[in-house]
Amino acid sequence: MSDIFWSIDFPALLIAMLAALACSLPGSFLVLRRESMMADALSHVVLPGLALAFILTGSLGSGVMFIGALLACLVATLLIKVLREYAGIESGAAMGIVFTSLFALGLVLLEKGVGSRVHLDAHHALYGGLELSYWPLPHTWNNIPHAIISLSILNVLSIAFIWLCLKELTLASFDSVYAQTIGLRRSLISAALMILVALSAVACFEAVGSVLVIALFICPAASARMFCDRVHTQLILSAVLAVFMAVIGYVAAAFVPALLGFEHSLSAAGMIALVGGIILGTSILCAPVYGVLQKRK
Amino acid sequence: MVSIGYNSLLVLCGALVLGALCGLVGSFIYLRKNTLISDATSHATLPGIGIGFLVAFALGWEQGRHLPTLLAGAALTGALAAFTIGWMQRNTRLNNDVAVGAVLSVFYGAGIVLLSIIQRLENASQAALDSFLLGQIAGISIGDIYLILILCAVTIICTLLLLKELTLLCFDEEFAHTTGMSVSKVDIALICLMLGVVCVGLRMVGLILILALLIIPPVTARLWTDKLSNMLWLSSAIGGLCALTGAYLSASIEHLPAGAAIVLCAAALFFPSALFRRHAA
Repeated sequence: MSDIFWSIDFPALLIAMLAALACSLPGSFLVLRRESMMADALSHVVLPGLALAFILTGSLGSGVMFIGALLACLVATLLIKVLREYAGIESGAAMGIVFTSLFALGLVLLEKGVGSRVHLDAHHALYGGLELSYWPLPHTWNNIPHAIISLSILNVLSIAFIWLCLKELTLASFDSVYAQTIGLRRSLISAALMILVALSAVACFEAVGSVLVIALFICPAASARMFCDRVHTQLILSAVLAVFMAVIGYVAAAFVPALLGFEHSLSAAGMIALVGGIILGTSILCAPVYGVLQKRK
Repeated sequence: MVSIGYNSLLVLCGALVLGALCGLVGSFIYLRKNTLISDATSHATLPGIGIGFLVAFALGWEQGRHLPTLLAGAALTGALAAFTIGWMQRNTRLNNDVAVGAVLSVFYGAGIVLLSIIQRLENASQAALDSFLLGQIAGISIGDIYLILILCAVTIICTLLLLKELTLLCFDEEFAHTTGMSVSKVDIALICLMLGVVCVGLRMVGLILILALLIIPPVTARLWTDKLSNMLWLSSAIGGLCALTGAYLSASIEHLPAGAAIVLCAAALFFPSALFRRHAA
């Protein structure tokens, strides 16, 4: 393998796989709880968080950015909850209002407050910078891209959380009445799940962009949902599908155009989302029990 | 008051009509509890814009920046997305939110792949495509404005013609059914109207924020009134006012994206309303 593969493609591939894993795990619960549009809302809300964090601190450090984005996600979640429960606005509309308003605020802050002084723009936010990761690998193990470290830590955290709270998460997703009678604090477990979703959205957003974050949260979990009824299998299958989707998508974007004789590669984030759609479409049609073709027979 | 030329006046006119139209159609979408489908549809116009650009570029029309072709492409993939969501809801075990989210992200991903191809084209005016993401008032041509105004007029007339059917659909589906009205046909008509609004709004407001203009005015209006006719008037008025103010601000302040300015105006009306009228909903 050439140097270019190890220093550019390998880290990008690794980041895509880690991000896929990090999003697909909480994604399964979002799908089961009918809250998958939260992924959409939160991934848009990261933008004002980043802009505000930069304007307030003047720093582009990843720690500051992370905290800013995470706070923005939590504020958005609370706002949506308040609109839903205290103003009685239907859940989809509440989400739409909050995330579009905050996204618009983020855009204005970016244009007027941040300006062109720094590399922080809406395009990067939408498409991600998967292709920009660089790790001078064959020669040194130093200078690991920080996305790899943060995503690895996040994955350990989220696997540990889901492992420890699997029973509670499952109960709260399916049978909220029973969960309450046995004294389970549903709101507490929901809040914990939302924090995990926000953490994943923020960590992955920086690496892969907001569009791919939504696809990674929803597509693998929805595909797995076509195959199985048990939460264990759902979690494992969606994780496997997510990593598969990331690898195939990246390969299709980075290497296939060259094989076909084109000079330039395609957008990896877009291609991974597209592959996710193909996997979901195939699952919907061909799944053994719940698949459309099976039902037609 | 700054003096306004004929062109800018037309642009502001376009914004006003577009905003009012969004408020009108959005009211029905909101009452039908179908707001998120407009989110998916608007994002799903991106691949269509890409296809339209490639077609127009291949035919040598305005270096790909030919608005009618771009909007036709947008309508095509938007319709495909809305159809896919409906099909998934009817035929699979996946819930509505999953169908919407999956379609949104996959279509948008396809759009980004197309854009990454377009970026490499020579002699094409790729920069024009940026205005479709976040909306742009500056540099909008007089022909584009006429097209937008005509499309707005057509959509408004269609909505007014369907007023009775749409009202029944939103309030009493059962009764609508017994009167012999085809509920699914009216539903499709509503989706088509929404799609028309989204396409018309792409150039000025952008595909990410057109959703806000479809949701925020109706929800704000709903907080102040319980009567449908009042809600339609109020929602259109709020939409028109916000779009007009936002477009004016965007035209007079440098680097202020039009879509964002319009949405922030709408949010400035919504949040106080929600605070003071929270028991109304």
